[in-house]
Amino acid sequence: MRIVRLGLKSLLLHKLRSSLTTAGILFGVASVIAMLAVGEGASKETLQQYRDMGVTNVLIRSKKPEETQQSANASSMWSVLGYGLLYQEADRVQNLLPQGLVVRSREFQRGVVHGEHWASTMIIGTEPPFLEVTNMQVREGRWLTELDMQRQSNCVVLGESLARQLFPLEDPVGQTVLIGVEDRFEVVGVLEYQGRAASPNGTTLDECAFIPLTSSRRRFGDTIRNPSTNRWENIELHEIKVKMPGPEWVESAAGVVDLMLKPAHGNKKDTEITVPLELLRKEERAERMFSLVLAVIASISLLVGGIGIMNVMLATVTERTREIGIRRALGAKKKHIVQQFLVEAGVMATLGGLVGVGFGMLVPLGIEEYFEQPTDVQPQHVLMAFGISALVGVVFGLYPAWRAANMDPVEALRHE
Amino acid sequence: MTATTERPIIAEFVDVHRHYVMGKANVVRALNGVSMKVRKGDYLAIMGRSGSGKSTMLNILGGLDRPTIGEYRVGGRDVSKLDDDALSDVRGREIGFIFQSFNLIPQLTVLENLEVPLFYQGRVGPESRKKAEHLADRVGLGKRLDHKPMELSGGQQQRVAIARALMNDPLFLLADEATGNLDSNTEREILDLFDDLRKDGVTIVIVTHNPRVAERADSTLWLKDGQVETLVDNRAVAATGGQP
Ligand SMILES: Nc1ncnc2c1ncn2[C@@H]1O[C@H](COP(=O)(O)OP(=O)(O)OP(=O)(O)O)[C@@H](O)[C@H]1O
Ligand SMILES: [Mg+2]
Repeated sequence: MRIVRLGLKSLLLHKLRSSLTTAGILFGVASVIAMLAVGEGASKETLQQYRDMGVTNVLIRSKKPEETQQSANASSMWSVLGYGLLYQEADRVQNLLPQGLVVRSREFQRGVVHGEHWASTMIIGTEPPFLEVTNMQVREGRWLTELDMQRQSNCVVLGESLARQLFPLEDPVGQTVLIGVEDRFEVVGVLEYQGRAASPNGTTLDECAFIPLTSSRRRFGDTIRNPSTNRWENIELHEIKVKMPGPEWVESAAGVVDLMLKPAHGNKKDTEITVPLELLRKEERAERMFSLVLAVIASISLLVGGIGIMNVMLATVTERTREIGIRRALGAKKKHIVQQFLVEAGVMATLGGLVGVGFGMLVPLGIEEYFEQPTDVQPQHVLMAFGISALVGVVFGLYPAWRAANMDPVEALRHE
Repeated sequence: MTATTERPIIAEFVDVHRHYVMGKANVVRALNGVSMKVRKGDYLAIMGRSGSGKSTMLNILGGLDRPTIGEYRVGGRDVSKLDDDALSDVRGREIGFIFQSFNLIPQLTVLENLEVPLFYQGRVGPESRKKAEHLADRVGLGKRLDHKPMELSGGQQQRVAIARALMNDPLFLLADEATGNLDSNTEREILDLFDDLRKDGVTIVIVTHNPRVAERADSTLWLKDGQVETLVDNRAVAATGGQP
């Protein structure tokens, strides 16, 4: 303690010099923490998004084929563009992957009306296992059943946000809503709030309405007018989700599906297979890379800080040669001199480190506030940055301290 | 006073040489076979022309340097072959240094400066503080403990340095031109302080150019070309009132 106090006292002899050196470490540490927090925050959101898609799932989606000039000319406003997944293909997927739980769904945009409340949203025609595969929970009422499927009943389950929008005051379950212009559906359930990122079609699950796939086909058919191109499109299914028993299955399952779809869709490129687990792994790899790059940048900035410390300590040692001689004459051993200067370097580095940690934790808060970019300050990163700064102080203080300790006391005392 | 021979020897040179090798064929024999003894209670002045080897001798006496050949005994123990740490301990425990330019550490207060020698022996605490206060009182600076060296006059700084040299209860004080930077009045005060210390049994060895300083000592050792020329008993000189 006394040594630290005396070290501090010596540093205060050159306030400007010491604080500039300390600032070098400070900014190094602060930037490391801030950078890692931003990187961590960004990838955390993406990682969660992939986890929400289900790490044991294989997702096969219909995708509008890119229109060639030729096909655009050939098709008039009135011709129907047919693409995407077929019911029959869903059956084949189930046959090829008997262990998988296959869920089909059809999506379309419609207005949903209840009294004076209205929302234009995504209607998803799907089957009972959808709930399990997407890992959602029912908050109120019930989910779609096999019976609903058989009867092609006009029942709907609402996402949480949609339910709140249509029924701000009443209990939605048991009420009737109008989907499209004329189709009345009874609300049988409301889902728990999911708070997940937008699904591939741009609408979050909380905003969707879910109806039985059979009802969807009967009421709305397979052909719909695409509101953006104003063209008729025929799509049987938008998505086939396959939930496999474990993550170890998904890769081969995706391979099987890919082989199966190739003959019909390989050229048209109107389907797309997504494996959330692969995306997750890729993102994790990317994150590790990113962390590594950050670590390198961090080490460079701390290295610069360290060089600053060494520079100042060398100057200090030269300036205080006489003091070193006096202390040696009064009985200081080499180790005492090493200790003295290491403490001074250490105090600068640790002080810079401490303030740097403070700054480094404030900056992400600011970034979140003004850029609405999620950040995540991880305690181990803070510890690491602080530890490295202290280490830098010791490592870069070592040589100057060693030089000080190995001065000849007689020469040192003669020094002006 | 008891006979010199009965007082214990606390520092002793036994045929000490100190050679500086300057290139292949050039060896400077700064000390060339010096033997001498310092007994407890001695007040010895070392004099000699420039280049005679005074500083070299002082460095070895103080444990800052080692003889090239020969033995240097402190308290009966040969310290000429000790390693750096052990020699540092000898300096820290047995020797009290007083320098020409005071050599207080500027950023430390008087009290802290006084505690430095004990600090390196892990003996800083309430005891050391009491001792520092006592010694500061003794040199007449009891009220200046919290001052920085810059706030004191040269004479006061040298008093602090003398107090510091006494902090570790050394075997002897080693003063290098202790009054060289002081005016003659202050010089007299410091020399009076030395006389006081001597009466309390403190052993003092001083190196000086100044005959006025040397004549206050009991005896003067004259160096010439790295060898002892004569050892003069100043009291005998004073008694005869003439030249040796
Ligand atoms: N580090 C050194 N390297 C080489 N020669 C040295 C060294 N130190 C002293 N000498 C030489 O040793 C001799 C004695 O030097 P020393 O400094 O002991 O003399 P001194 O009596 O103290 O002189 P002064 O009164 O001028 O201080 C001189 O010739 C000097 O040049
Ligand atoms: Mg000299």
